[in-house]
Amino acid sequence: MPIRSEPVTVNVGPQHPSTHGVLRLRVTFDGEVILDMEPVFGYLHRGSEKLGEERTYTQVITLTDRLDYVASMTNNQAYVLAAEKLAGIQAPERGMYLRVIAAELQRVASHLVATGFLLNDLGAFATPLMYCFRERERILDLFEMLCGARITLSYMRVGGVFQDAPEDFWPALRKFMADMPHYLDEYEQLLTDNEILVTRTKGVSILNADHALNASVTGPVLRASGLPWDLRKIDPYEIYNRVQFDVPVGKAGDNYDRFKIRIDEMRQSLRIIEQCIDQIGPGPVRAIVPSLIRPPIGDAYGRIEGPKGELGFYLVSDGSIAPYRFKIRSPSLINLTVLRDILIGWKLADMIVTLGSIDINMGEVDR
Amino acid sequence: MAFLEGHALFRNLYCLLAGNLDNTVACSGRGGLLPVGWEWLAFAITAFAITMVLLNVFLVVTMFYTYMERRLLGRFQGRLGPNRAGPFGLLQPVADAIKLLTKESIVPRGTDLLLHNLPPVIMVATVFVTLAILPFGEDTFVANLNVGVLFFLAITSVNALAIFMAGLSSGNRYAVFSGMRAVAQLISYEVPMVLSVVGVILLAGSLSLVEIVEAQRIPFFLLQPLGLFIFVVAISAEMNRTPFDQLEAESEIVAGFHTEYTGMKFGLFYLAEYAAVLTSAAVIVTLFLDGWNGPWLPSPLWFLIKVFFLAFLFIWVRATLPRLRIDQTMAFAWKFLLPLSLLNIFVTATLVLLLGEETATGVALSTGGLWAMAGINSVVALASVLLFARMVHLRTPVHPIPSMQPSPSEVA
Repeated sequence: MPIRSEPVTVNVGPQHPSTHGVLRLRVTFDGEVILDMEPVFGYLHRGSEKLGEERTYTQVITLTDRLDYVASMTNNQAYVLAAEKLAGIQAPERGMYLRVIAAELQRVASHLVATGFLLNDLGAFATPLMYCFRERERILDLFEMLCGARITLSYMRVGGVFQDAPEDFWPALRKFMADMPHYLDEYEQLLTDNEILVTRTKGVSILNADHALNASVTGPVLRASGLPWDLRKIDPYEIYNRVQFDVPVGKAGDNYDRFKIRIDEMRQSLRIIEQCIDQIGPGPVRAIVPSLIRPPIGDAYGRIEGPKGELGFYLVSDGSIAPYRFKIRSPSLINLTVLRDILIGWKLADMIVTLGSIDINMGEVDR
Repeated sequence: MAFLEGHALFRNLYCLLAGNLDNTVACSGRGGLLPVGWEWLAFAITAFAITMVLLNVFLVVTMFYTYMERRLLGRFQGRLGPNRAGPFGLLQPVADAIKLLTKESIVPRGTDLLLHNLPPVIMVATVFVTLAILPFGEDTFVANLNVGVLFFLAITSVNALAIFMAGLSSGNRYAVFSGMRAVAQLISYEVPMVLSVVGVILLAGSLSLVEIVEAQRIPFFLLQPLGLFIFVVAISAEMNRTPFDQLEAESEIVAGFHTEYTGMKFGLFYLAEYAAVLTSAAVIVTLFLDGWNGPWLPSPLWFLIKVFFLAFLFIWVRATLPRLRIDQTMAFAWKFLLPLSLLNIFVTATLVLLLGEETATGVALSTGGLWAMAGINSVVALASVLLFARMVHLRTPVHPIPSMQPSPSEVA
């Protein structure tokens, strides 16, 4: 006797333990299998782009903090690069080194959050998350030394950084650099050999390279699909052409590769920071810039390799003290677009893990 | 009078009360406080008293266990755990209980009230009923049921029904997912669980938990390593603890079947869950770890130590492992545990046949035979688990089924 069955539509979110913010997924299930999925967002929309047009170039920095709130430093960096390009300001060398150190620390912190939450989504009861947050806490302490804030940092300025690092920052950074590789080894030992984790993530939700390119996916998600596209190598900004580092790439583009690549990137970030510590010399950290910047009429696009992908700011100036247009190219939003295609046919449990492996941040998606 | 075989306290209380003791041999001396003909009242009072004492002690132990679990999880996760209420946070379970009892019970509209209100009670009742057959110490049990193992297995399988009812009643779709998973998972894991106990029954020659403990001249975990492994895995799936916590997979289906429960109904689910860890650990101790037996210390203390040691292991596993996907969970039961448990029965039965000697009551093994069996079974357990781990792959590549609408990339 055939049993009558029909697909069921479930709204996963906006209130759900693991949608990484207020993302809503409208999912059609056949039993546990996903037939169709549509991300619905906008629950965290604050109109950052419009707000940016009402503020001076320096004030906009505080808005960028609140885009991807687990990676404020890199948001600052992308914005100030765009603004410097627009206004034709060159930051002093020590300032650029400090920016790179801060940005790479932020990348490690962001990847730690991504890894921890991915494992939490896999069902490991908060333990890996707590381990990852333990190290992130050290990074936040370092940020607190730099600028007094821990999450919404606003450390960088157009033309440099807010202030030079205090004396006790350097020993604390060296201590962190000495400890962190052991912590990373610990993760790899605990997690990458875990049979359940491998079973859950290997071969699941494969994103092939062509598809990734078509969808203009960037960041670790693209590199996990096998394309070594990293703006720090392709289009070096700040002082990235003076440091040696590798661009780790994945093979299959599955959830496991997206998970593994973040651990590899953390190692590379540590390498970059180490070289920066060696190379950094004395000097000013901030160019002399008027408090109200009036860039010449024109436009500029500044982009960096953020922890989640290519983060770009497009600024148009009409010669006044505020940008005429303030456009954000957020990697989270663009990476989210491939979610439907790599999820269909997989199961409810995979959906959560895949969403975690893409590592979106709703502050950046909705803006 | 079979019930008088039990706890000495029970016997003394009954003997104190009952008027006519002619038909019993357990009591000596003259009649008790109640007049002749009122023995039923004596029985009722005694049974009530014993049940109350047992349940309350068990509840207090469970409360302490929830505290222990939360503190230990805190330690595993590099944080402190509850430490505010009372000394070392020991009053945290009390505070939780007060909070849950005073909370409003919200029932969503369109809920089937009978199906909604029954499951918490069933869940708790099934766990508490298990206490009736557990031998807590030498000569300390409520009932020496001659089909104790069967009783335990039957009672635990009622859980699946309760969870299914809870999942369907509220109409919440996460709860429905959980209910469907419950039916699939709990029934599947019952099969290897039942089969893994067969080896113990073959060795003990009895289904009574008391007699199984008495039969353990050598602790059965040495004789039945494979059986113990399967039983522990299957029972942690029955209790839905990680890595088999599909039913309340927090990151996937919010809280599963108890998503729509609030207040003490939710509290009862949690009580049942934590109490089930203790009763399951107690059954494992009884079947495999030599029950109450141990040197120096009094027998109930030994029992408690062993139970809490196992509970610690369960907490450890919970703090460590991620979750399997539901199809992998099912595949693990049918492809891995079921053949292993059949192999275990086959090997054990063959060895009992080969090494056993005819006695008046049936086939029994000498101590030498038992040690030989322990050696052979350990090798078999290790070899078969390693072999199966190589043969059985849960990592089957699932081919995604075609979608309802063509994806954007196909259109382009």
